[in-house]
Amino acid sequence: MRPEELLHSTPQGLYSPAGDFFIDPTRPVARALVTHGHSDHARAGHGAVLATRRTLDIMAIRYGEDFAGTTQAAAYGARVEVNGVGVTFHPAGHILGSAQIALDWRGCTIVASGDYKPGADPTAEPFAPVPCHVFISEATFGLPVFRHPAPAREIARLTASLALFPERAHLVGAYALGKAQRVMALLRAAGHERPILIHGAMERLTEYYRAQGIDLGDIRPARDAPAAKRAGAVVICPPSAMTDVWSRRFPDPVTAFASGWMRIRARARQNGVELPLILSDHADWDDLQASILATGCQELWVTHGQEDALVHWARLAGLEARPLHMVGYGEEEAEGAPPEGTAPETAGPEASPPEAAP
Amino acid sequence: MNRFAALLDRLAYEPRRNGKIRLIADYLKHTPDPERGWALAALTGALSFRNAKPGLIRQLISERTDPVLFALSYDYVGDLSETVALMWPAPHGRNDTEPPPLSAIVHAFTHMGRAEMPAVLAGLLDRLDETGRWALLKLITGGLRIGVSARLAKTAVAALGELTPDDIELVWPGLSPPYEALFAWAEGHGARPETDDPAPFRPVMLSHPVEDADFAALDPAAFRAEWKWDGIRVQAVRAPGADGRHVTRLYSRTGEDISGAFPDLAEALAFDGAVDGELLVLREGRVQSFNVLQQRLNRKAVTPKMLGEFPAHIRAYDLLAEKGEDLRELPFDARRARLEALVAAHPEAGRLDLSPLVPFASWEELAAARADPAAHGAQSEAEAVEGVMLKRADSFYLPGRPKGPWWKWKRDPHSVDAVLMYAQRGHGKRSSYYSDYTFGVWTEAGELVPVGKAYFGFTDAELIEIDRFVRRHTVNRFGPVREVVHTPTEGLVLEVAFEGLARSTRHRSGLAMRFPRIARLRWDKPPGEADRLETLERMIGDEGHAPRRASGVLGKGRSPAQGA
Repeated sequence: MRPEELLHSTPQGLYSPAGDFFIDPTRPVARALVTHGHSDHARAGHGAVLATRRTLDIMAIRYGEDFAGTTQAAAYGARVEVNGVGVTFHPAGHILGSAQIALDWRGCTIVASGDYKPGADPTAEPFAPVPCHVFISEATFGLPVFRHPAPAREIARLTASLALFPERAHLVGAYALGKAQRVMALLRAAGHERPILIHGAMERLTEYYRAQGIDLGDIRPARDAPAAKRAGAVVICPPSAMTDVWSRRFPDPVTAFASGWMRIRARARQNGVELPLILSDHADWDDLQASILATGCQELWVTHGQEDALVHWARLAGLEARPLHMVGYGEEEAEGAPPEGTAPETAGPEASPPEAAP
Repeated sequence: MNRFAALLDRLAYEPRRNGKIRLIADYLKHTPDPERGWALAALTGALSFRNAKPGLIRQLISERTDPVLFALSYDYVGDLSETVALMWPAPHGRNDTEPPPLSAIVHAFTHMGRAEMPAVLAGLLDRLDETGRWALLKLITGGLRIGVSARLAKTAVAALGELTPDDIELVWPGLSPPYEALFAWAEGHGARPETDDPAPFRPVMLSHPVEDADFAALDPAAFRAEWKWDGIRVQAVRAPGADGRHVTRLYSRTGEDISGAFPDLAEALAFDGAVDGELLVLREGRVQSFNVLQQRLNRKAVTPKMLGEFPAHIRAYDLLAEKGEDLRELPFDARRARLEALVAAHPEAGRLDLSPLVPFASWEELAAARADPAAHGAQSEAEAVEGVMLKRADSFYLPGRPKGPWWKWKRDPHSVDAVLMYAQRGHGKRSSYYSDYTFGVWTEAGELVPVGKAYFGFTDAELIEIDRFVRRHTVNRFGPVREVVHTPTEGLVLEVAFEGLARSTRHRSGLAMRFPRIARLRWDKPPGEADRLETLERMIGDEGHAPRRASGVLGKGRSPAQGA
């Protein structure tokens, strides 16, 4: 049997003919399996959604309780059948609740990994490789220039800047779901005990992380903080808010940006970033290679990102490999990419969050 | 090296002048000698390594990485040093030894031969992290490009204690890395460092362009005026050394020793002092145009024929020292009197003369002289006059560009010195030449912003020179476009003539130039001294009453005479 009978790419996303469902469809469909809560993967309006409990909760926070016709929670490691196709969710280490989805059918196993990272992250369930025949990987950072440094080292750069410029607020641009909470957790791990101020667009998601038992310390809405409290404070906001009128309440801030793209100087400068923090929730070049090899797969399909380089590497490594040329993914990392003032084409509803909480 | 790399990394992203000063001062304060001295040398452009070429870096990376992955990565990142720094494969068995300090790296690269370099450089890249690798590659290839001028770095040294940046400037030319005595002085636990060079360079005093609006606040009686000669600013210094023998040096405005290029002039000088003046070519006692001077400047070898055809000459306008006495803290009038006496006593076989004062009683009178120098004393040399200089009679000789004491009032307001930033290949018969030039001027924050694009005005010979410059100084490629080096110390200054300025939202500078063309190549001028955006901004303000006449001579880009 050909693996494509179990899963192949369509303009709406990955589709399983055998099980009649989509994985992370970009348009409303009858039955969707969702890897994680980022809005380029998790969209509202599907008939039925199968995802982890936490992903379903996050979708409900972002889109409202009625974001899908019916929902079903998948537990990590528990196999369920969908129209005869075996489906098992495994942790992906990307953000809270994120999952790789393993499909097994007639002796063939395909793992759609969604977005993933093997590195340690106190705010996400740890990634584990899943043995399979076909591994489907993203390649957001699929070039040898992308090797993410240790997160603690990047956070140390932020705390060193706080020491050098104690009178200036440090505005940290970070994606509202996942990255923002990870920055908070990393700061706490580095011994930063002052209250962290956050933008309204990330209040409910941050509250959800804390309700799930993730300790983030003293987190306060930026809008309630008196001017005196803002001086020298870490303020976390969505990247788009950094150039928004919202940011004017912080006189002369140091502008930081937490993203894997910050490794490329031109990217950081295009965004007017003064303190680039290379913090990514995606696998870097070494992680991609190690993760792919760890699955023991014979075949690699690459969904989006720097497909050419990863496919080239995989072929040199003796794997069958091909790009799927899928569009519509990569939104949360792409936020760091375009120059200010131009919205990314793939931007979802959260690209320009209002100050009020959603 | 790690601390220095971290400093460069922060500086590269810090847009604020004060922020940069603070970062550098913080580094200098917490870094011991001699490390901080070598860092200061790197920041002030005092280091150069001749054997480290981009070709070597390409060779090292191609021996270690897959060519397809390198090509994809380079294409993505766009900068060779950065690409190599990021994708350099970490050696097997992590090397946790501390990388050598900056001083050891500078020492190694200064003294090693070309043959040893690949192995030494590769060994260092193995031991550094990516920020360290980036900093090292930028350092040894001479393109830091972090928006830090030498002046800014000296300001940070001054910030270590109670000194002013000018205090640092005054002692700077006699110093060499690692500047231990300078730091001791700046931190208040050492004496002012003295130079033992008998003929040191003294930092030059520069002027601001004067605008129409400035005149209301200026009293004509407080100023002296001179012709602004269209030559090259030089400082001629001659003094006895410890052994009693005289040392003679000609310095460019940046302190570069150019005596070797003008032996005819250097040999003729017999005074004991430091003269500030304009280097010109005189034939039969008459100043020749800049184009004639440039023919001599363009020649590499000094031949007897050239010495005969293009005799070099100094037209003096200031005296900074005489017989061991520092005159810089005398007012202009007093220095002028000393200068006149010195020139009278030392005609130097016709190689030295005095730049005359231009008499005037009101700004209207001076405007008339500026508009028609031939009728106001410049006579047959009027073609070599590019405007007038205004100097306060009581002005001390201060290093740098203090605002107020000295002004320049150029004849053609529609001409700026801009820095070449990008070059694009032309079309048709120029398709193999980089002939379309995007140039920029400096913002207040010390960044270059593009202000226009020009593709004519230069001669065919100049096109070949620029093309060669572009190919040798490319730092980035974007299809047919090359970005060339454009730091305050490295790059090519273009004198750009244009017909007018308008506000524009299409350009990042907010300005659009009408009919710009390259009037002249200023190989002699460091990019840091090119014009500033604020100068152009003021030109817009002047548009209403400033003349906008087209120039008849493209190669020169000058209007015959323009009234005020």
